[in-house]
Amino acid sequence: MRAAGVELSDLATLEAESIHILREVAAEFEHPVMLFSGGKDSVLMLHLARKAFAPAPVPFPIMHVDTGHNFPEVIEFRDRVVAEHGLRLEVASVQERIDSGRIQVGHELESRNRHQTVALLEGIQQNGFDAVFGGGRRDEEKARAKERVFSFRDRFGQWDPKNQRPELWNLYNGRHKKGEHIRVFPISDWTELDVWRYLAQEEVDLPSIYFAHEREVVEHEGLVMAVNEFFPLPDGAEARIEMVRYRTVGDATSTGAVRSTATDYHSVIEETAVARVTERGATRGDDRFSEAAMEDRKKEGYF
Amino acid sequence: MASEMLRIATAGSVDDGKSTLIGRLLYETKSIFEDQLESIERTSEKRGDEQTDLALLTDGLRAEREQGITIDVAHRYFATPKRKFVIADTPGHIQYTRNMVTGASNANLALLLVDARKGVLEQTRRHALLSSLLRVPHLVLCVNKMDLVDYDQGIYDEIREEFTQFAARLEITDLGFVPISALEGDNVVTRSPNMPWFEGQPLLGHLEDVHIASDRNLVDNRFPVQYVIRPQSAEQRDYRGFAGTVVGGIFKPGDEVMALPSRRRSRIAGIDTPTGSVAQAFPPMAVTLLLEDEIDVSRGDMLCRPSNQPTANQTFEAMLCWFDETSSLRTDIPYQLKHTTKWVAAEVEALRYQLDVDTLHRDLEAGTLEVNDIGRVAIHTSSPLFFDTYRLNRTTGSFILVDPATNLTVAAGMIIGAAGEPAGETAAAVAEAPVATNITFHPSKLTREERWGALGTRGATIWLTGLSGSGKSTIATAVEHTLISAPVPQPAFVLDGDNLRHGLNANLGFSDSDRAENVRRVGEVARILAEAGTVSLVSLVSPFRADRDRVRAIHEEAGIPFYEVFVDTPLEECERRDPKGLYAKARAGEITDLTGVGSPYEAPSAPDLVTDPDLEIAVRQVIGLLE
Ligand SMILES: Nc1nc2c(ncn2[C@@H]2O[C@H](COP(=O)(O)OP(=O)(O)OP(=O)(O)O)[C@@H](O)[C@H]2O)c(=O)[nH]1
Ligand SMILES: [Mg+2]
Repeated sequence: MRAAGVELSDLATLEAESIHILREVAAEFEHPVMLFSGGKDSVLMLHLARKAFAPAPVPFPIMHVDTGHNFPEVIEFRDRVVAEHGLRLEVASVQERIDSGRIQVGHELESRNRHQTVALLEGIQQNGFDAVFGGGRRDEEKARAKERVFSFRDRFGQWDPKNQRPELWNLYNGRHKKGEHIRVFPISDWTELDVWRYLAQEEVDLPSIYFAHEREVVEHEGLVMAVNEFFPLPDGAEARIEMVRYRTVGDATSTGAVRSTATDYHSVIEETAVARVTERGATRGDDRFSEAAMEDRKKEGYF
Repeated sequence: MASEMLRIATAGSVDDGKSTLIGRLLYETKSIFEDQLESIERTSEKRGDEQTDLALLTDGLRAEREQGITIDVAHRYFATPKRKFVIADTPGHIQYTRNMVTGASNANLALLLVDARKGVLEQTRRHALLSSLLRVPHLVLCVNKMDLVDYDQGIYDEIREEFTQFAARLEITDLGFVPISALEGDNVVTRSPNMPWFEGQPLLGHLEDVHIASDRNLVDNRFPVQYVIRPQSAEQRDYRGFAGTVVGGIFKPGDEVMALPSRRRSRIAGIDTPTGSVAQAFPPMAVTLLLEDEIDVSRGDMLCRPSNQPTANQTFEAMLCWFDETSSLRTDIPYQLKHTTKWVAAEVEALRYQLDVDTLHRDLEAGTLEVNDIGRVAIHTSSPLFFDTYRLNRTTGSFILVDPATNLTVAAGMIIGAAGEPAGETAAAVAEAPVATNITFHPSKLTREERWGALGTRGATIWLTGLSGSGKSTIATAVEHTLISAPVPQPAFVLDGDNLRHGLNANLGFSDSDRAENVRRVGEVARILAEAGTVSLVSLVSPFRADRDRVRAIHEEAGIPFYEVFVDTPLEECERRDPKGLYAKARAGEITDLTGVGSPYEAPSAPDLVTDPDLEIAVRQVIGLLE
């Protein structure tokens, strides 16, 4: 049977599936929280959450795992979004934990990627969150490609990739015991291109660093790094001013930019459609430790 | 750029080349990024592979790379100018069958791989059966590794023939075949010069063209309420929206809806979506329905049309796939069951049989289901579910079972129907049903007793008479539903006066003689249906005693039970309800001769039953007549 006008576009379908997941969690869990980094995936996720519950406000707080190594534009964006939409923001601070001695660091500018896990898990535990929305997408990385939408975490926040719950149809099983929690990935099935097309269609505001701008950069171990307090110019290297934008937003100590002239959505989409390198491959120092770097970090409780 | 999405799941035995095929598809459609390719090249080199192992593109876990097998589903995405594809690459190993099912549950199409050297294996059959039970609408059998059998057409034909025979015993609506080499790329994206004898399309062409227009049910309106939106703000104080995903039918503002379980009715006042109000909502849209009346509706309730409701029942029959390695199916403990947006406690009352995935034989003696077993069960829930058969609706017909001790998802089920219903299983199971060989019927001499005995049924006519709006149809429909969904179902059929006037009695008006003829015809039809073994539930004003008495007479003559039931609702109450607006029109003089207003009603002098005003009691009273 084929009735007129009952086809949904791919983006509308993805949107509907994500909203279903968001509502399911809001209905079944006592204390959900949404991770919000200010990156495009968390911006998308938050935008979907606002739509899922409109005209009521988003019925859960957001949490930022703050490494202290952020791009200032991103923090400014975060605070603006929180104020604009009247959201409740929790900050799980890595810096605070370093200052209080809970986290040991070798030197001030070393990667805080692994330390994020500690802050994240403590933030979850201290607030008693039982469901944690993450903006992970399966197209990002090979370990993420393996994860369920509802992903069970034991008391230590750990993921067991060899023992995931079956997940059929859209019947999600979020049951867990006290102290355990569920990571929920409502945008699992979106690709990088889908995200850009949708954000453009919805005219969603993003941190300015996602669009091409001039910046002082230096090429370092295959990444285009912005030179600033978090990434001082290495000895003997030479900085240049170039037009760049970011494809992902992580720590300023380890996230690279890409050379680009795309200053608006339309041109970013064009560039994304012909990109030959994955977003993480192009920009993330932290994923390069080993072949299974992401899987290992996820097992420990990473996003 | 907006385009249709096709969801694909791979299937087939371990090492038959599923992951390699997906890798090949991604590679040849230029969907692999340079850094991904470099990374798997490095890994392949380190492992000493002869050539880059494309399976590494989906086998992303450390354990998978070490063992060279797939353990859990990987999702990959690619697009061609014609379509967008979401691929779930599933494991072939029997130990991980639950992960295969996870990947296949939402698929439009399954790619079932067979190693040309090994042919159809037990695991091939298991996955074909699972795809058929999950009602994946399209199946393509890929005979892989043709490079290892010299691209021999004979081998391909043999496998094709063997599988066709097996598939004939399953329900597979669309079955295709392609001979391929995933490793070398033959017939994957481009036609293979090594197999000029193959006349079909290469695989990708098939995937781009397969018609998936509607796997959706657009007929039966179903809206499981997921979440109630009630803003607490001053300006939105009156907003009360029922959020959820449409899983069947098309909802429009103005439509009458019924909420289950309360059975309260209202109309759709508006449909809100993330992008504003819309004129219609259909699957799989996530929307918020606004109703005209303040009726009690909450999560787990179902909105549908009053005239087209799902089955509401606490017991039903289902095919169950058991997933849990650490426990087996027990009939003595309660499980938690999730169906649409509702959790209920559930007991598996009986294991009817276990299905042998290899031979499709039904083992009626089986005592339990263990990991990866499939069987038919009877389930009893703590409160009624509102369901359809899985055949009709993949969402309202499916559920999962969770062990409350471990919180693990231990099984998934597909509803066949209310208890005792025979329909809806795989054709395989039906084909295996014992054929009665010891009864010889003499068509011309078949007696009523023989007919009813063989069918396990008893025909009768229940004649509900009363004023317009007295509730005859409501009672008749409820009785029909109860009889059909009983543990031992009794065929029943409502003959509604209004409905019959559209067809059988379309040429009749409301004069006394036309009314008499109307009653005569309906009486005859009721008698014939009853003769055939059905309980005829007649809902007809039938105002004149003499007409009704004639109907009783033809039943008595035929020896068929006939019960006259008087739905004695006072005229004032009928007029207050006025469901069709007839009384208003009569009072306004727009129609004359309405029974009770302009035309007399002769109440039965000796009815078999006068119904109670309470619907539930009335239903029980009517059913009591039959016992
Ligand atoms: N010669 C040849 N070898 C193939 C072909 N397809 C796959 N193989 C090889 O078969 C082996 C298994 O391939 P996989 O793709 O991992 O098999 P799979 O079906 O994904 O296995 P599981 O996911 O573990 O069930 C690998 O060594 C592949 O290189 C083919 O067309 N020809
Ligand atoms: Mg595989």
